[in-house]
Amino acid sequence: MSRAKDFLVSGAVLLVSRLRRKPKLHGRERVVPTGAASPGWELVALLLLLAAALCAVGFIVVYVLDRLSHQTQWLGLSLGLSFVFLAAALIVTAKHLIVTEELEDDYPLVEYPEEQETIAQVVDESGSRLTRSGLFKLGLGAAGGAIGLAVLTPIASLGPGIDMDAFVRTPWRRGRRLVDEQGRPLRAADIEEDTFYTAFPEHADKEELASSLVVVRLPESELRLPPELARFPANGIVAYSKICTHAGCAINLYRTPLFKPIEPKPALVCPCHYSTFDVATGGDVLFGPAGRKLPMLPIYVDANGELRAAGNFDGPVGPSWWGVRMRKPENGSGA
Amino acid sequence: MLFALALPGAASAAAQPQQGDLVARGKHLYGQYCIACHGANGRGVEPPVPNSAGAAPQRAQNQQNAAGPSLQGVGALAADFYLRTGYMPLREIGKQPRRNRVLFSEDQIRALVAYVASLGNGPPIPQPQPERGNLSEGMKLFTEHCAGCHQVVAEGGYVTGAVPPPLENSTAVQIAQAVRIGPYVMPRFSEKQISDRELDSIIRYVQYAKHPDDRGGWAIGHLGPVPEGLVTWFLAATALITVCIVIGKRLKSE
Repeated sequence: MSRAKDFLVSGAVLLVSRLRRKPKLHGRERVVPTGAASPGWELVALLLLLAAALCAVGFIVVYVLDRLSHQTQWLGLSLGLSFVFLAAALIVTAKHLIVTEELEDDYPLVEYPEEQETIAQVVDESGSRLTRSGLFKLGLGAAGGAIGLAVLTPIASLGPGIDMDAFVRTPWRRGRRLVDEQGRPLRAADIEEDTFYTAFPEHADKEELASSLVVVRLPESELRLPPELARFPANGIVAYSKICTHAGCAINLYRTPLFKPIEPKPALVCPCHYSTFDVATGGDVLFGPAGRKLPMLPIYVDANGELRAAGNFDGPVGPSWWGVRMRKPENGSGA
Repeated sequence: MLFALALPGAASAAAQPQQGDLVARGKHLYGQYCIACHGANGRGVEPPVPNSAGAAPQRAQNQQNAAGPSLQGVGALAADFYLRTGYMPLREIGKQPRRNRVLFSEDQIRALVAYVASLGNGPPIPQPQPERGNLSEGMKLFTEHCAGCHQVVAEGGYVTGAVPPPLENSTAVQIAQAVRIGPYVMPRFSEKQISDRELDSIIRYVQYAKHPDDRGGWAIGHLGPVPEGLVTWFLAATALITVCIVIGKRLKSE
């Protein structure tokens, strides 16, 4: 708290001292020679600044217009051009609009107040070639502001700030069938040990974060599920969300030992950062950066031998977010 | 008495050995090289339970912790795979088998494979026909089932606790065998999941991926975007510094 106060006070002091120093500079003898005004170059610099600002605004527009074809390329082009125009404007300013002078002596040391003022005067007078300095400052501000805004725009993609319900919504309901990629229902008898299957909810969007599942089968004697999930091993078949709880990658590595006594135990491994989840204990993290267990979907085998969801996941699907441990997907009981 | 006299490899004198002869010679070799870990008649050896009371730890020491899975019912398919890749004999028990120099002669391998096949009703050595496969379908299937560990161009990679090997030295038959066995911690894919026809396509793709057509430019180890990005960064940084120097120089000379 006290540090914040220090910052505020020192900031205020700096601001006040800057404001107060300005008037002193007038009425002194010039240090920097007056340069010839060049309105043509000034116009070029102003136009370049305007172009930089327009490109930055273009970046924001392309960003907002989602689902544009080649959107990424347009984003890169607009932001890149914006920086190119800004750089060109600064080069033009440095070469043609600032007074350049031949120096024989070094500038005086900065220790004495009077000499400090001289330096401030030099800086001030260097801009004396500008005929429309107000407009120029406006142009610089517009370009800088637009680029700053453009760079900050992607923050909008970090997700909803207040409404977290979208993160715990899933298409899984009690009784919904598990189907494969072609939409064929998964049959318990077809699920073999030592291999893995990908499943989706029937009649639902496969692209949804919580849709895809990894289904594996273990000998029932090897399962050590937590009590709230222990009722749901369907003949040793267990289903987990396919989305890693660390960074949201699709888990497509299943390590399963050929000779169980001495080889690493069965686990799902995420290919991105090697988060490793124990399939026998309900998805506990064995290794890697994931901060919480892989959500497990309780399933059962219906009268036709097909796999169906027995409820919803036991935790939120996908990468973690603020307050993730306080929420759970609703236990849908419909249909 | 006969077994004791038959030196390994020397028995190839017989022009066309009978199946029974082959099994007998295999059994002899098995007793010499394999029995310590895989047990008598391929029954397998359970590892000693650590910290168990009584004489177990002492016994475990005497056996040098030998342990291995049962070979009954694994068939010629698995025996042929492990011997021809040099995975067996294993260097160190409990470690992942790695591709190695093949220690047995062709005759010895045939004898051992015949003996292991005689232990149970196992699958025979597969005969894949990659030329029948479809390259693009193979790539799709490989991406779906194999690329997660072996990388999309079969360069191998890493999983926690194991190293998925590169497939550059794998023959068509060995790939077909590995898919059906699932060696070490690899998943096993039955014919329900990957049919023999689909397997042909996968093998065709792996063979194609050994000599990829690098249209993108330098392959840099076929390791994906990371080394490429690194090289790009170096090139871009050099270019940017050059530009900075050029701009600075011009200003000074005016």
